This record gives sequence, structure tokens and C-alpha cells, in this order.
Amino acid sequence: MSDIIRTEHLTFAYPPDEGKDPVPALDGVDLSIRQGSFTAILGHNGSGKSTLAKHMNAVLLPGGGRVWVDGMDTLAEAALLEIRRRVGMVFQNPDNQIVANVVEEDVAFGPENLGVPTAEIQARVAAALKAVGMEAFTLHAPHHLSGGQKQRIAIAGVIAMEPACIVLDESTAMLDPAGRREVLDTVKTLNRDKGITVVLITHHMDEAAMADRVVVMDQGRVVMDGTPREILVRMEELREIGLDAPHTVELLHGLRQEGFDVPLDALGIQECAEAIVRALA
Amino acid sequence: MLKDITLGQYFPGNSLAHRLDPRTKLILTVLYIVILFCAKGFVSYGVVALLLLTGVKVSGVAPRALVRGLKPILFIICFTAVLNLFYTPGEALASFWIFTITKEGLVTAFFMVLRITMLIMGTFLLTYTTSPIALTDGLETLLGPLKRVKVPVHELSMIMSIALRFIPTLIEETDKIMSAQKARGADFESGNLLQRARALVPILVPLFISAFRRADELAVAMECRCYHGGEGRTKLHVLRYQLRDYLVLAAYGAVLAAVLILARFGL
Repeated sequence: MSDIIRTEHLTFAYPPDEGKDPVPALDGVDLSIRQGSFTAILGHNGSGKSTLAKHMNAVLLPGGGRVWVDGMDTLAEAALLEIRRRVGMVFQNPDNQIVANVVEEDVAFGPENLGVPTAEIQARVAAALKAVGMEAFTLHAPHHLSGGQKQRIAIAGVIAMEPACIVLDESTAMLDPAGRREVLDTVKTLNRDKGITVVLITHHMDEAAMADRVVVMDQGRVVMDGTPREILVRMEELREIGLDAPHTVELLHGLRQEGFDVPLDALGIQECAEAIVRALA
Repeated sequence: MLKDITLGQYFPGNSLAHRLDPRTKLILTVLYIVILFCAKGFVSYGVVALLLLTGVKVSGVAPRALVRGLKPILFIICFTAVLNLFYTPGEALASFWIFTITKEGLVTAFFMVLRITMLIMGTFLLTYTTSPIALTDGLETLLGPLKRVKVPVHELSMIMSIALRFIPTLIEETDKIMSAQKARGADFESGNLLQRARALVPILVPLFISAFRRADELAVAMECRCYHGGEGRTKLHVLRYQLRDYLVLAAYGAVLAAVLILARFGL
């Protein structure tokens, strides 16, 4: 399969405060995201994960190196709209990304900007709302919805542009557990059923455990890259860069130190419970 | 408590007045004002009043709501009435000290009050039956031709609809900030006007900062959804005139003609 997003020696620094040296937010990132994959990018605050996300649809442009989206260089201004259509972005604060007063109008915003004919916009809006399970709210006012519902509307707004990839930039950070569940289930379904590539930026370990691939960032660099089972069990290394391993891994780790023969990579709660039962038997 | 504020004064409904195209209603409102200002005598004013009454009846808006809308301009109404009453020269009816009430003054004052009252009520009918979004949409399409003379019609209507979209969000935020400041002992309810105005500063400063941050984030989010101005934009719902729009417009045209004829004969 081909790469939807590829970065090459990507570096970036925000303009520094006066009299200070610029600190690189990204320091030589080489990363390829395969079409149809579900990748989680982990890191604590200031690790550069959000900066990386903003390079994926040309909100930020590389300071050094290159970013390709579906073969298009993000530095080429002519391709800007096409890049943003292919890679949709969902942000952290649901209130600050909803444009319209009515749910359907908001979902239609992207296709309207792209100049899609009216009849097709209506079809796309209906399909997008159905895909996120919000079709019952078509004519509602967004400010009456819950946080999780608002994020699903934001996701629908992206889907209506028929993107190849959705980047969720800490989109669950402001939600309660129920809202997080809603959003994660939605993107998981989109990834599985529609083959949309998902890049999930997060600092929640249990969210990363849902992905096919976990990329861990620290100080603007990729420090770990592998499947959740490979990465999330490396408890000590994760702790060093300010991340906690999932609770299941910590529990299994503790049990191991006490001399129980349990595997470390039972990430799910059910799986973990079964592993412990087996060890006790 | 701030949530109780009604915005745009729109009363949702499904009457003929609600279903008319917003552009039609905007044109009707302008026509209504023209008709009102053409009216001269009792008969023509009667016709306008009849027109207004029909509008109220058709829209299903409670007359009480219309009367309530008059409150803020009560002072202006009284002021105009008094001025017209005393300062119109003509046949004296009664006089005391330096004031003289004339027959002409009485009539002019009466018509003036009638005109302002009916003007306000008629325009309220528009905002009562048209949602703010429909209104912005209608304005954008109606003013569309002005784009040729470089009036940023699309941008203005985008500004308006985003402002409308953020009103509830900002009200909620104001509520939150007020609670937070109250929890720290801020007092918004006592003191004279100046003290109370000053107590608002700790609300307005964080509100403004947050509004700017929101604007920044919204701008990025809009760009991510390929917003690049009004050029080449299509619409989810395209406004289309229905038969009823033409019929109502024709009826208003007839009323305008009738009033013009009546006014010509001084009725």
C-alpha cells in the first residue's frame, strides 16, 4: 500500500521570544503513514506531536525538510486546497471549529467551500451524518449538543469532504470518558469500514492501544515506533519521557516482579484479566 | 440566568409568513415602509393598518409580543407626539401660557404616533418570523449584485453568521467567568453605576482574551476545511422563490398602488 503522508528530515521551530534562541519543535522527523492505517502519535506536552499534526495538512509549513501528502509537496501553494481536502483535521476544542448555527449547515461547510454542486452536498451531508451516527440531529443547534456529539459533528464535517485521512489533534482531550468513547468508536469504525486513514494525536495510553501502530515522540523526535504491543510494554522508557504505561501493563509488571508468570503485553482489560487467571490456575 | 436572553427575537413556527422566502420578506418590509410613508389620510392609514393586522394574523405572532417590542421606543413616540402637538401652526383649539394646541397639530401628532408604531410593528414581524440565518442568507443573495462594485457581501454575511453562531458560546462563557469571579468574592450587584461598571472589567478582560483565542482557532479550523473566501462557493440550500412569494409580492404591490391613489385624493 502507498503512503498517504510522508515526512523527510522535517524540522520546524516556532518564532522565539525576544532575545532567546529558537527551540526546535520538530527536530528531523522521518515518518510515513500508510494508506488505510490507524496510527497513534503519543507524547507528553511539548513533545512536538501537535506541531507534527499541523504539518500533515499544511497548516504549518516545514522549516526544513519536506512533507508529502499523497505525493503532493505541502510547500507547493497550488496544491493547498487539494491537500486539505485529502487530509482533514479535527481539533481539541469542539466549540472553536463549528462554523454554523445548524448541524447540517456545519457539515456542509467543507463541500460548500470546495464548490460541490448543491444536490451532491445534500447527499454527502446525509451520508456523513449517518457515518458518525448523528443523523437524528441534522437540524439541531450545535451548542445544545454534548462535547462528544460536537466532535462527531466536526468529524462528519471532515468526512463530507471525502478525505483519504483524518488527523485528530487531541480531539478527545476536552471530553468526558463517555464522549471520548463515542469519538474513538466513530473513528475506529470509519477506519475499518471506509478505509479512511486515521492519525490520532493523544497522550492517553488506552487510546494508543486501539491503534495498529504507535509512534512515540519526545523533544521533536520520533523515539519509538511499532505496534502497541511492542511499545506500550516498555514501561521504564515511557516513564522517562513523561508517559505512563497503560494500567494493565503496570499491573502485570508488578505481578511479574512478585514472581508471577504473566505476559506483559495483555493490553486490554479482558485480556489482562484472563492472563492473570491463567497464571493463578 | 444569562441563557434566558432571547436572541434575534425569532419565534419558530410554520405559518405562511414563516415559510415565505427571506428575500421576499425583506422586500415586503421595504415595500411596507414605503406604503406607510405614502399614506396621508385616515383611509390610507386604515389600509396600512389592515395590511399590518393581516400580517400579524397570518404570522401567528402574539400581538402582545409586538406591543412589548414598542417599549424601548416609548420615549421617542411620546417626544414626537408632544413636539408635533405644540409646534404645528394652524387653527388654535386650546392655549395656555406659551403653548398652543392646534387642530392640525392634533392630527399630525396622531398620524406620527401611528406611523412610528406601525413602522416598528411591521419590521418586528420580519425578525419574529425569520430566523437570523435565513435573514443573513436572504441579505447575502439580495445584495449579491453589489459584489460587482466591490462590496464584500459574502464576507459581511459570513461575519454576521459567525457572530450569531458564537453568541450562545460566549454567553455561556460569560456565565462561567461570572461564577468564577463571584466565587472569589466579586460583587456585581451593589454599588452605584460607576462601581458596577467597574466590576465588569474582570469579566470583560478574560472574555475578550478567550474570544480572540477562539477566533484564532476558528480561523485555522475554517482553513483546514478549505475555506478561501466566497469565490467558487456553493450552497447546501439554494433559496428559490415559490408561487406564494410572487402572490404575496403582487398583493403588496396592489396595496401600494391603492395607497398611492388614496393619498393623491388626500384620503
